[in-house]
Amino acid sequence: MSEPVHTLTTMPTERRPGCPFDPPPELADARRHSPISRFTFANGKPGWVVTGYDLVRSVLADTRFSSRKEFMRHHPTIDYGDIQVPPAPPGEFLLMDEPQHGRYRKPLVGKFTVRRMRQLAERVERITADRLDAMEQAGPPTDLVTAFAKPIPAIVICELLGVPYEDRDFFQDRIDTFLGGEVSDEVLTEAYTGVQAYLAELVAAKRANPTDDILSDLTDGDLTDEELKGMALILLTAGFDTTANMLALGTFALLENPAQLAALRADPGLVDGAVEELLRYLSVGAKFYRTALEDVELGGVTIGAGDPIVLSLSTANRDPEHFPEPDALDLRRRNGGHLAFSHGIHQCLGQQLARVELRVALPALFDRFPTLRLAVPADEVEVRPEAADIHGVKSLPVTWDV
Amino acid sequence: MRIGVDRSRCIGAGMCALTAPEVFDQDTGDGRVLTLDAAPEGAAAEAARRAVGLCPSGALSEVPPTRENRDRT
Ligand code: SF4
Repeated sequence: MSEPVHTLTTMPTERRPGCPFDPPPELADARRHSPISRFTFANGKPGWVVTGYDLVRSVLADTRFSSRKEFMRHHPTIDYGDIQVPPAPPGEFLLMDEPQHGRYRKPLVGKFTVRRMRQLAERVERITADRLDAMEQAGPPTDLVTAFAKPIPAIVICELLGVPYEDRDFFQDRIDTFLGGEVSDEVLTEAYTGVQAYLAELVAAKRANPTDDILSDLTDGDLTDEELKGMALILLTAGFDTTANMLALGTFALLENPAQLAALRADPGLVDGAVEELLRYLSVGAKFYRTALEDVELGGVTIGAGDPIVLSLSTANRDPEHFPEPDALDLRRRNGGHLAFSHGIHQCLGQQLARVELRVALPALFDRFPTLRLAVPADEVEVRPEAADIHGVKSLPVTWDV
Repeated sequence: MRIGVDRSRCIGAGMCALTAPEVFDQDTGDGRVLTLDAAPEGAAAEAARRAVGLCPSGALSEVPPTRENRDRT
């Protein structure tokens, strides 16, 4: 009865040239064979890659698959040998299971509700308008990543958290460094410790002089400074990089799909659906990792306790069994349920904020610059390597008529 | 239809309030789900069913009709 399970022999490190929006072809091929494949991690540890929508979704919802950092000892492409990994530092709840995860997530949940985030829309409009003014003043051409895609989410999350204005560049630089997937371990560690030290000071300052922001509010509970620092780090990194990449890649994708862009321009009512479709189509959070806590039967195979698992969200979001014509960007697509914000207890806390930012900023950009276009051929736009867990473009040269 | 809610499982991601705003809201304090209409009908019921399917934490369910609640749904 048991069919041989497909094996993925190597984890792709790049996307196919000319296809910056599509998951690497090797992973899409694997999904065509079966929704789960065997895969040997770089240090020789046997594990799995899940590529199909239903299976990815069920693993994300299943607490027998752990997010704990100390289990993440195996890397798909880098052989670290037989290393020990310490548990996640206090407050860094992305890499924790219950009940630790809940201790940190719970006090944050009320701050990111649909209603609260909608109330922020006006502020996001103002921030966006300021960036567009600056672009207009400087004139074309420009790099959309530095002029638009990064500053908007950066300003928004810094305001929410209460990071003083003058410190924002410091942050953006360092966070870029450690999320870009392209620097030596040394540079990475330095960027990381720099942010850590800054946040420790910030938490102490908020405790001494609370202001009107999330971080100050949190000092009211029973969380220690160490824990607050970790939580702030998660919020800052999550709030900066993912949305920035959605804005830049989203613009790129719309420019490459002129009929879709025209449809969005003609019917502003399309914007909510457009944002969901771009989230699905681009899946900037392309890969997540889990470790099995016990033996689990899944999709006809037995995953052993301790087995490492790569969840390929980008191929799950292109699964034809769930999304007809999955590789087409179709802003009118109705069937929801994309996994771009993950699923299960870790589903993105900031998703309603991201939605507001995308819904405001993308149409505003095309309104202000109706002739916006790439300033270089599309295949010269450099994308991040697959080693970056968040997909994106390094820069997006654009121009427009004045 | 009737909606079952297990608030202890809710992680406050807000998929429900986004998908079926007539049926669900989120508590302004703890962010967790609040039911505005436990027995929605028509378009609201459809949206609520979608929300049940989308809820990431399994906090929402559709309660099958029983003799006691059948006349109320
Ligand atoms: S969708 Fe589910 S987890 Fe999210 S707020 Fe609603 S009930 Fe809670």
